[in-house]
This record gives sequence, C-alpha cells and structure tokens, in this order.
Amino acid sequence: MSDFNEKQQDIVDEFSVFEDWLDRYNYLIELGNDLPAIDPRYRTSEYLINGCQSKVWLHADLVDGRLVFDADSDAIIVKGIVALLVKLMNNRTPEEILDNDLFFIDGIGLRQNLSPTRSNGLLAMVKKMRLYAMAYQAREKQNKES
Amino acid sequence: MGLNVKQIRSDFPLLDQQVYNKPLIYLDNGATTQKPRVVIDTMRKLLESSNSSVHRGLHYLSEQMTDRYEAARENVRSFLNAASTSEIIFTSGATGSINAVAFSFGEKYVSAGDEVLISEMEHHSNIVPWQMLCDRKGAYLKVIPFNDDGELIMEKLDTLLTGKTRIVALTHASNSLGTINPVKEVIRKAHARGVPVLLDGAQMVQHGAVDVRELDCDFYVFSAHKIFGPNGSGVLYGRESILEELPPYQGGGDMVDQVTFEETSYNTLPFKFEAGTTNYTGAIGLSAALDYVTSIGFESIRRYEEELTGYTLEKLRGIDGLRNYGNASRRISVFSFLPENIHPYDVGMILDKMGIAVRTGTHCTQPVMDHFGINGTIRASMVFYNTMGETDALVDGLKRTIKMLS
Repeated sequence: MSDFNEKQQDIVDEFSVFEDWLDRYNYLIELGNDLPAIDPRYRTSEYLINGCQSKVWLHADLVDGRLVFDADSDAIIVKGIVALLVKLMNNRTPEEILDNDLFFIDGIGLRQNLSPTRSNGLLAMVKKMRLYAMAYQAREKQNKES
Repeated sequence: MGLNVKQIRSDFPLLDQQVYNKPLIYLDNGATTQKPRVVIDTMRKLLESSNSSVHRGLHYLSEQMTDRYEAARENVRSFLNAASTSEIIFTSGATGSINAVAFSFGEKYVSAGDEVLISEMEHHSNIVPWQMLCDRKGAYLKVIPFNDDGELIMEKLDTLLTGKTRIVALTHASNSLGTINPVKEVIRKAHARGVPVLLDGAQMVQHGAVDVRELDCDFYVFSAHKIFGPNGSGVLYGRESILEELPPYQGGGDMVDQVTFEETSYNTLPFKFEAGTTNYTGAIGLSAALDYVTSIGFESIRRYEEELTGYTLEKLRGIDGLRNYGNASRRISVFSFLPENIHPYDVGMILDKMGIAVRTGTHCTQPVMDHFGINGTIRASMVFYNTMGETDALVDGLKRTIKMLS
C-alpha cells in the first residue's frame, strides 16, 4: 500500500474506534481547533470555496515540488474535516494528489451522513485541492520544457 | 378544550421513528410539516381508484375527480372565508402564487417609476418576484424596516406609502423571526391610498384562523405542505374584482374559452389562472389537511401553541450565551437563536445526531440576517404536534452542543 493510502487507512482506523457520532464530532472539533488559522491574506473571497453553508478558505503553495496547503473554515466541525484533508494532502507531489482515490471519506461515513449540499462542500474542497495540484503540475512541466 | 397531543401525534405516522437510534424530534415545521394519515390515505385512494384528469372528460372518473377538485376549492374558500370560489386559484405553492400576482398584476398596473412596497423580513419568495418585476418595468422596490425585536416600524409606513406605490406585499407571519405582523393596520393604511395588499400566509395558516374578508386583503397566498398537506400544491386567493381585470400569467389548456391561430379568448375565473393539467391530487390532499386542522380547531391550537411558545421561550432564554432573534409580542411558535461565537451549522450537525431536526442558515431571509450582522441562525419551528418534552430535549441538546463547541 502506498504511503498516501496508508495514511487514508489510518484515518479510517482512527474513526472506527468511535461508537457514537458525537464522539466522532468531538474528534473533528479537536482537529479543527488544532489546525492553525489561515494566513489572513488568504481569508478573502478569492480563496473562498462555494457549495457549503459554512465558509471554507483554501490556499496552496508548491515547495520543493510538494503542495503545502493553508485552509480554514468558520464552522469548527467543517474545519475538522478540512484538517483531515490537509493532514492527508500536505507535502504531497501533484501526482500523488491527482492519482489517488479518496476512500477515507466513505470509510469514515462522512459522505453518506452528510446531506448532498454539505457533501458538495466537502467534495468542492477536494476538487479545489486537485485543481491546485493540476495547476502546479502544469507549471512544473512548463518549467522543465523551457 | 385542551389538545390531546398524544392522540394527535398518533395521527402522524412519520413522527414515530428513530434516527441514529434516537427518537426523532422534528422541529423543522417551518420548512415543511408532516402529514396526518387522513391526508396520506386520501391521496393514496385517489390514485388507486379515482385518478382522472379534471374538467376534460365526460366519463365517470373524470366527472368524479372534477367534483372532488371543485369541492376542494369550496373547502379552501370556506377555510379562508372568501366570498366566492372564483377567488380561489390552485397553484404550485406560495411561491408560485406570488410569482403569478407579480407577473399578472405587474403587467397590468406597474410602470416605470412606480413602487412596490415589501418589508425587511420577507422570505426570498416575496422579494425576488417583485425585484424581477421592478427590473422588467423600471419600478422601485421599497422596504418597511423592522426593529431589533423583529417588529415592523409602523411609523415608517406612512412615508413609504406614496402616490407611486402600486402594491404592498407583506408576510403575515415571519418564517425566521416568528413575528405576526399588524397586517390589518397595514391594509387599512394602504387602502386609504387605494393600494392593494398581498399577504404571504405560508407561515400563518397552520397556526391561526385566517379570514380574508375580515382582513380585507386583496391577495392571500399559502402552501399546502406547510399546513399538513402535500407539497407542490398551494393557493392564491384574489379579490374577484381585481382578478377579473388581470391578464393570465400562463397560457395552456383549460384556461381558454376559444382558441384559433388568430386569437384566443380566456376562460372565466378561477380557471383563467389554472393553465395545464392542475395538481388536482394535491388540491384534494390539501382539502383533507384543512378538514383535519379544522376538526382540531384553531381555538384549541392557538391556546396550546401559546403555552408551548411561552414555555420554549422561557427555556431558551435560560441558556447562557444564547441570543434569541425575534422577540415580537405577537408571534408564532418559531424560534431563531444563536449561541455566542458558534457557527449555526456546527450546532445543526450535532443536534441532528441527537435526533433533533432543526434548520440552520439564513432561512431564505438573507436581509434579516444582514439586519443583525450574522450569517445565519438555528431555527426550531413547532406546530401543535410538538410537545414541551421536545422543548426540553432541544434545550438539553443545545446545552450539550454548546459545551462541545466552546
């Protein structure tokens, strides 16, 4: 199993110990509280992801060929989900982000337990992360060619 | 006589279930209400044995269905105490009704420079159709503001009603603040200037008796699904003398008298405004729902809901750091609140897992949220099948949720 998928499996395992939904939410709240607030420069409408009742901001840099995400939400449970995604996706190459399926979302029951609009918010986050990966991949390729 | 709520709850099959292994506490009645068995059975039987298009065939089923449909219209007329069934138009819901008036009335009476008067607490459904009309005609949308208790600032009405005002569209009861508006006073003042008034009764009809002749309103709209009936059905009441003058807003079958390629003459009221095959099962389902509510009686409902409202408000006010939005003296059992420094979405997600269904967000009233400078609230909306025990569960759940989130 790749490192990426091992990390996903770790998340699924972490959540499997919780018998109750409220415990899962408590854990997400903890993760949300531990995620540092986004750089105020990126807490703007330019970095806002639509599709969510709550607001989510996301920014990514490429450092030594790997993506470094900075993200935040004004709702703490959503911020916990953001933290999970950041934990998994941070310091990955664009290829790792683009080539792997995210099975942990289903694995921890986040997809089927969130209503479509909420789920869209989560999926919108993933989509945006992949768009960043694509953009940086294209830039890298261009740099190599020139 | 008091309500036998236990008995009433047993009439609603959906209420008796568990979600996430917890008993369901349904407090999202402002969004939609559940259906009593009599409504479900009525519609099921219709589809099983009577389905046939109304006003079309001369065969047995069609005649039967037409009779039932027209009896439903008479039932709605009686429910609103309208003068005639010509004044009762079946629509797709309150939104459909408002759009119909905004179009038909707007086409006939609104021109560039005219004004349409609404209030700051309207549902988007009673804002956007008028905005669209104003855009089409070059007219202006004017707004009656409310104070921080969620009550209309009536002193402003006198200056907002001008010689340019063509119509006033106002919610009878607010879906996000719970306020019951002083609609009779608004109507009296508007009529003094010859301005007709549309009332949005979507949040009122399930809580109290409405008498359109006593109110003296010109249009009254509501949705079936918010008064224990099916969704996709609703009512537009319009004063006959006004409806007669209005052009139809949709063309199609049944709304016509004679059609040639050169010209078309329209059917009489109310059919002029019911183009196409109508939602007759919805209308008959609504009629069954109205019978159900009427059999319980609005006097008993009002007394019970007043008690429930007083109890719930007191309990909510007892929660530290919780702010209630909407503290009008006359109100329905709809409660909007927000704990300090907590996102409504987080609260809604956690309450959901406790089996408590509330609504979070702007409740389609973004200007209300803007008034208070917030991005949303949590709303618990109760009807006569809700109980003080459910209030207690909500309050306990809120306390636990706030603890988790702070």
